[in-house]
Amino acid sequence: MTTPLLQVSNLRKTFPIPGGLLGRIKAEVNAVNDVSFDVARGEVVGLVGESGSGKTTVGRTLLRLEEATSGTVNFDGTSVLDLPPEKLRSFRKQMQIIFQDPYASLNPREKVRDILSHPLKLHGIGSREDRTDRVVSLLEKVGLGADQLDRFPHEFSGGQRQRIGIARALAVEPQFIVADEPVSALDVSIQAQVINLLEDLCQDLGLTMLFIAHDLGVVEHFCDRVIVMYLGRVVEMGRSVDLYSNPNHPYTQALLSAVPQPKPGRRKDRIVLKGDIPSPINPPSGCVFRTRCPLADAECAKVVPVLKDLGNGHKSACIKTT
Amino acid sequence: MPAALIDSIPATARPAEARTLLRVKDLQTTFRTGGNSSVRAVDGVSFDLDPGETLAIVGESGSGKSVTSLSLMGLLPKDTGSVTGGSMRLNGFEMRGFSEEEMRAVRGKQIGMIFQEPMTSLNPVKTVGWQIMEMVMHHEKLSRRAAYRRAIEMLDLVGIPEPARRVDNYPHQMSGGMRQRAMIAMALSCEPRILIADEPTTALDVTIQAQMLELMKDLQDRMGMAIIFITHDLGVVAEVADRVVVMYAGQVVESGEVEQIFEAPRMPYTAGLMNSIPRIGASRRKERLRAIPGTVPPLSDLPHGCRFNPRCAHATELCRATPPALEEVGPGHAVRCARWRDITLDIMDTE
Repeated sequence: MTTPLLQVSNLRKTFPIPGGLLGRIKAEVNAVNDVSFDVARGEVVGLVGESGSGKTTVGRTLLRLEEATSGTVNFDGTSVLDLPPEKLRSFRKQMQIIFQDPYASLNPREKVRDILSHPLKLHGIGSREDRTDRVVSLLEKVGLGADQLDRFPHEFSGGQRQRIGIARALAVEPQFIVADEPVSALDVSIQAQVINLLEDLCQDLGLTMLFIAHDLGVVEHFCDRVIVMYLGRVVEMGRSVDLYSNPNHPYTQALLSAVPQPKPGRRKDRIVLKGDIPSPINPPSGCVFRTRCPLADAECAKVVPVLKDLGNGHKSACIKTT
Repeated sequence: MPAALIDSIPATARPAEARTLLRVKDLQTTFRTGGNSSVRAVDGVSFDLDPGETLAIVGESGSGKSVTSLSLMGLLPKDTGSVTGGSMRLNGFEMRGFSEEEMRAVRGKQIGMIFQEPMTSLNPVKTVGWQIMEMVMHHEKLSRRAAYRRAIEMLDLVGIPEPARRVDNYPHQMSGGMRQRAMIAMALSCEPRILIADEPTTALDVTIQAQMLELMKDLQDRMGMAIIFITHDLGVVAEVADRVVVMYAGQVVESGEVEQIFEAPRMPYTAGLMNSIPRIGASRRKERLRAIPGTVPPLSDLPHGCRFNPRCAHATELCRATPPALEEVGPGHAVRCARWRDITLDIMDTE
């Protein structure tokens, strides 16, 4: 068994909420709570959850766009969370991110040429002429062309802009990419184009990817393994085939049954959860899902369920179903 | 008062044609884009809405689906957009040419509307209860006290817990899901005959979306209103719609019963949309997604002939030369494709 490329252990991130007397900390948001998982080299792992689940914070913490409160992240032998600032920049060559909003993540005053050569300059890759060649080949990789070098982001459609965002992440030839909802802002007919592109890139470049999304259909299609989060905690994880065909956690079951399917005729087997997702400022005791869970009883308020292995790396955190 | 007039004629007394609740015919909506130029965001859209049915209008950004609904509601931005052609008959009464005052009587009373983001239709500085009271006091001339009671009833109806307490809440004191419910309560407080829902669940998490779809279905069963459901999500369409209108670049490109549209679409664009969404359970074979190539054309630079032709695998010289008409292909099923007789569309197996 080879060591995973990325090992995340007991990751925790709390955000203080100021506002008490004299600007003291009034409360804390438990955005990510005791999250552990591995990603093998060349694997595409989906991280799914609804708003407030902490999925985006996990991704940002791995790249140190947010500083973790505690826990460890080991990437190819490097302890990421302990890297001093001067080493962080060169380390970031290894790990890049693709953002959700292709409109907000590109500088509107820069030409594509500059957007894509910045990361190269920053990491001292190539000479000036060399860099232009590299930028052109990046554009070609994502389905654009050299004739688009001197255009500004507003001259592109949403899908093309996301392609530029992908090219920028690929510029420094990272091993690992966090893709944070990369297709959510795109029209249906464009989503499929971008997913196909990401699939090709993963295959051709041997990329490892953490794919953060709320669209369960996209995740099943694209990811080898899936991690399901709810209110800052991992509730279930496993290979896509296992998790989708045999979801164990009551939350995963409800989540999968809630997705409207493009097949007419009303579904009879839907589990409709009651109530809203609780606030992560004051999450329920014991199991965080118990306030909406059809199976919950008094016991669930007392025990924080641990992830139990169901075989094949399929794990679920529920005292009722495991 | 036309709103009163619209109400005054019992449906049974009207000719059969007028029993259609809403008849939109060749609707054209034009936006000025600066200088002398303009674009036609809605170009010849027609559909009928029967009492109590759910019609889904589906399309991508720029298809004109939202502009269609804003045109119906008389909510186009005054300085740039206007209805420039066609007709919109509500219970047989032509709404085109209604004054602002007449439209106010239609909005809320005859046609209610909910939006993607509840904060765009809720006033942040007034309590939720007061906003419902304003509606029913204006349209139904209820007393303050009766209006307050109605507000509580409405909040209860949409499943807001402790409605007698929540009625005095401001929107920011409610969760996102509760605000969505409050907005629905407001839109339905005068029991409109038509509810226009513009992407009402798009910003919601999937478990909350399931609650909202259930709620809307339940309210429709109880109150009998017709719903125009505007969305880009084909899963939601399959779930809620009786009939479907598919729009592309300002035009209706296919319309029909929900089963016809999903099981036997005749327009390559409709079939392309279906094939491009990854469905749960369908991708275990790890098939590549069948994407539609290219992008939606800008309204200012539409292709010649069929507007979909540059992205269509079946396009020929004919498609590039002549804009196709919307043709009937079967009972209640129409398609805007010159080649519908010649081509077979392949729909990805869903099982």
